[in-house]
Amino acid sequence: MKVLCGIGGSDDSFRALDRTVERAAVANDDLTVAVVDNDDSAVAQAEVMERAREAIDDAGIDADVRRVEGDPGSRLVEIAEREEFEAIVLGGGHTSPMGKITLGPIAEFVLLNAKTSVTLVR
Amino acid sequence: MSDRRYPETVADGFPAPPTEFTDREDRTVEIRPYEDTEDAYESLVAMYDAFDPSDRAQGIPPGGEKRIREWLDAILGDDCYNVLAWCGDEVAGHATLVPDGDAYELAIFVHQEYQRAGIGTHLIRGLLGYGQAEGVRKVWLTVERWNRAAVSLYKKIGFETSNAESFELEMGLRLNEDEGDEDEGDGDGA
Repeated sequence: MKVLCGIGGSDDSFRALDRTVERAAVANDDLTVAVVDNDDSAVAQAEVMERAREAIDDAGIDADVRRVEGDPGSRLVEIAEREEFEAIVLGGGHTSPMGKITLGPIAEFVLLNAKTSVTLVR
Repeated sequence: MSDRRYPETVADGFPAPPTEFTDREDRTVEIRPYEDTEDAYESLVAMYDAFDPSDRAQGIPPGGEKRIREWLDAILGDDCYNVLAWCGDEVAGHATLVPDGDAYELAIFVHQEYQRAGIGTHLIRGLLGYGQAEGVRKVWLTVERWNRAAVSLYKKIGFETSNAESFELEMGLRLNEDEGDEDEGDGDGA
């Protein structure tokens, strides 16, 4: 399957990255990791790129890592449409001190606007 | 998180528990701070174990006894404030304040058998009275915007919407003045 995994540096996005890479190794997915510009993330984009490349190397798979500038949600949807991805994978939300899960604006935008299936990784 | 917004004015005084009242079904209900005893703990687990999954909100309470216990262990800590609504020896509802930086996150659950009887209002007022007396300054919560019963309860209490841009509404309440605005103390205006 042709999969687009969008990550911005939040904890849940790294969880999504690891799971997607794991799955790609088993299922032989054609994976692209898009590193988006997430204002809510404390981790710099360059560092996120590095983490993505490491995860891919560790899994011994071949996947594309690219930096995506601009509004993350709309850019992910646009890339998925233009390049005919079959699925978008994102982090499954931030967990509050209480244990409540909240979805960030990127996940919301992609869920409502993508034409592909969207996986949120828990 | 430091970028949350709160009302400028401090909320009115809330009654500190223990308090007792008769609910709309004529049941005597007592609001008490959670005491760390095996009986209270197991009664609370029992309430959540029998909780209707359709009333879960944003993943809590979790399903299954094991995960309920793990979740409760995290929110019944010494740095949290917990209040229970008791009907006899049964827990009818639970409300909690969990620390988050300089503020507290609030959640409240009333068991299905005890809903629509006025217990939620007494329970949240009791929790806020407890927190207020303990010097809690700011409280925030998130609520699914379609959950109109909960949203109207929070508004009635004095919560103001601080962020309406997501699936969930974020609301805030100020219980006591910020540090520096007055001397250390209870800060109750009653």
